[in-house]
Amino acid sequence: MIRVRKLSKRHGATVVLRDVDADVERGETIAIVGPSGGGKSTLLRCLNFLERFDEGEIEIARIKLAATTRYEGELLQLRARVGMVFQQFNLFPHLTALDNITLAPRVVRRIERSAAERRARELLARVGLADRAGAYPHELSGGQQQRVAIARALAQDPEVLLFDEPTSALDPEMRDEVMGVIRDLAATGMTMLVVTHEMQFASDIASRVWVIDRGTIAEDGAPATVIAEPKTEVAREYFRRQRGSMSR
Amino acid sequence: MTQDTARVVRRALVLVVALAGCSGDAPATGTTLAQIRARGEIQWAADLQGGEPYTYEDPADPTHVIGFEVDIMDAIARRLGVRSHMVQYNWSNLVPSLERGDFDIAMNGLEATGERQQRILLSQPYFVYAEVLAVRADSPVRSLFELSGKRVATLNQTFAHDILRMIPSIEPVLYEGNDEPYRDLEQHRVDGVLLDNIIADRYGCNSKHPRIKCLQPEVARGTYVIGIRKNDGELQHALDDALAAMRADGELEKILRKWNLWDARQLDAPPVAATETRGRDFDGGMLWQFVSAAGVTLELTLLAFLLAVPIGLVLAIARVYGGGIVGGCARAYIELFRGTPVLLQLFVLYYGLAPYYSLGPMTAAVLGLGLNYGAYEAEVYRGALLAIPRGQTEAAQALGLSPAQTLWHVLLPQSLRLALPPMTNDFVSLLKDSSLVSVITVIELTKRMTIAAVDMRGWLVPGIACAVMYLALSFPLSELARRLERRLARDPRPQAL
Repeated sequence: MIRVRKLSKRHGATVVLRDVDADVERGETIAIVGPSGGGKSTLLRCLNFLERFDEGEIEIARIKLAATTRYEGELLQLRARVGMVFQQFNLFPHLTALDNITLAPRVVRRIERSAAERRARELLARVGLADRAGAYPHELSGGQQQRVAIARALAQDPEVLLFDEPTSALDPEMRDEVMGVIRDLAATGMTMLVVTHEMQFASDIASRVWVIDRGTIAEDGAPATVIAEPKTEVAREYFRRQRGSMSR
Repeated sequence: MTQDTARVVRRALVLVVALAGCSGDAPATGTTLAQIRARGEIQWAADLQGGEPYTYEDPADPTHVIGFEVDIMDAIARRLGVRSHMVQYNWSNLVPSLERGDFDIAMNGLEATGERQQRILLSQPYFVYAEVLAVRADSPVRSLFELSGKRVATLNQTFAHDILRMIPSIEPVLYEGNDEPYRDLEQHRVDGVLLDNIIADRYGCNSKHPRIKCLQPEVARGTYVIGIRKNDGELQHALDDALAAMRADGELEKILRKWNLWDARQLDAPPVAATETRGRDFDGGMLWQFVSAAGVTLELTLLAFLLAVPIGLVLAIARVYGGGIVGGCARAYIELFRGTPVLLQLFVLYYGLAPYYSLGPMTAAVLGLGLNYGAYEAEVYRGALLAIPRGQTEAAQALGLSPAQTLWHVLLPQSLRLALPPMTNDFVSLLKDSSLVSVITVIELTKRMTIAAVDMRGWLVPGIACAVMYLALSFPLSELARRLERRLARDPRPQAL
């Protein structure tokens, strides 16, 4: 489903990603962890070309991306097949929950309003917000907003879903409702990549865990192995600190 | 209206009246003639815009003022034993400024009319002029009366304007400069021009303008006189003595011959022209004129804003997303239209463009204001676009929206809300700036007020009427904008500080 080869990205003199190679099979859920500034989010954003890269190539949902790719029809196809959920939700504040979800289906895929709304209501029910269709984002809690954002991403019927720290901007009591939704999605066999700092969540949902540090994938393996017996010093240090913050 | 508000309004009006009363200070004590002698200098006011041959800047040396009036004043000053010193004043304000005591006398093609005689003292004539009607060379019109229902150009507050107003079916079109009426006659923007023969001979009726002919016989005859303050009888006598002496020893004829102005008319001065000497009242007719002028102002503002908004949007999008060349062009447009006076832009559009493409006054006004305000709107929308968080664009991109779809469905609706308060500001500001278009002969609210002020011999009542009308236009507009803003604002609470 995803193939990354020799992916490199620089910001001026700083190397953000260094020769990253990675493969993801259909139906896998990858938890991406690691210290801040290591390149987790950048890798995720390169996967749907929100960020350009300098070298290497990506094949995702049968679409090939290279450093030279321009904004064209191929890119629109990529975005139709790859959904993204952001740390700050990024709902459109001038649209209701329902309209946030139906915008792309109606505008991009030209689905009729009634059909798009029927599907949107199904998705809202699936994330537990059937009764908030007419609410504007500012009328929803953070957890509710993030669930609407997930429904919005699902409305594209994506083959891959990317989550960029989906619970980091939420109060602890709201994280569970969002993690619950993502957990359910993982169970449906959706291919997902989730950048997260929640270790318990990562080991619950992930088929594999990547530890990313200084622009490379430092460790890659089953959660039981990577989290319980990290091989690298950086991973050991990272997990120790995460456990420390959890017990506090 | 409750009793309380009625009382407040009444008090405010009393205050306005009191303030207006304060401005009418009497000139300094001592007769003006004594002051002139003590000072060794006579200060006379004229408007250089009146142009050749009256009083104007020497093309060979623009620091130097020349003209037949300059020569006459030099001769008078010499005979009074003082120096002559010309001061620049707007022609329309010569008489009010004289009354206020800003200078000693006014001398600039001031016609002797009964109306002026009521307000100020007039000297003996120094020139006899004729009112001449100019029409297009191919026009069948032979007299003023055949121009009924047509537009006839003249200068504001002149005797010619008084004549035109005596024929109610004629629509007078008012100008500030001598050349423009004749150019607009050639452009078919007016059907006739009624002005003094000095102006007609130089700006319209000569071999350089074959498309214009001046009709014989002349419409009327009158005299140019010097304006003197009401209580300066002594000065009036001194000036009259000097003028009589110049007539007797031939100096006046010599000066007029030098300027090619001498003709048989000079030997036979007509009496002071009888014009209406009583001011008009603010009656139903005038109220209707104010209401229709307010309609013109509103129409201008709405149309110009309707033009400015799309121009601003396109420019803002070009600046934010256009890249080097397109963005640079948009920036050049904005700097050009924002960095030069809208008055200049109106002149260029209406007069400058006329030889190539003749725009009507209303069209030129809407175009000029719209193009100018488009530059301001562009910066408002650009600011609003830049204020939208980056995440909104990223979310739209991730959903597969094209750049145009992102703009239309995500960014523009949100920036509209941000842009609404500054847009309301600009709209109200445009409402008032629309008064500038009177320079291209459109009579809107402010111009109507200045005309009424002359007719009524006072600024207070027309001024208040004008202010009330502007407020009556702007208040509902800002109220409408406030409601729209509230509807667009999904979360109307201000951010806590």
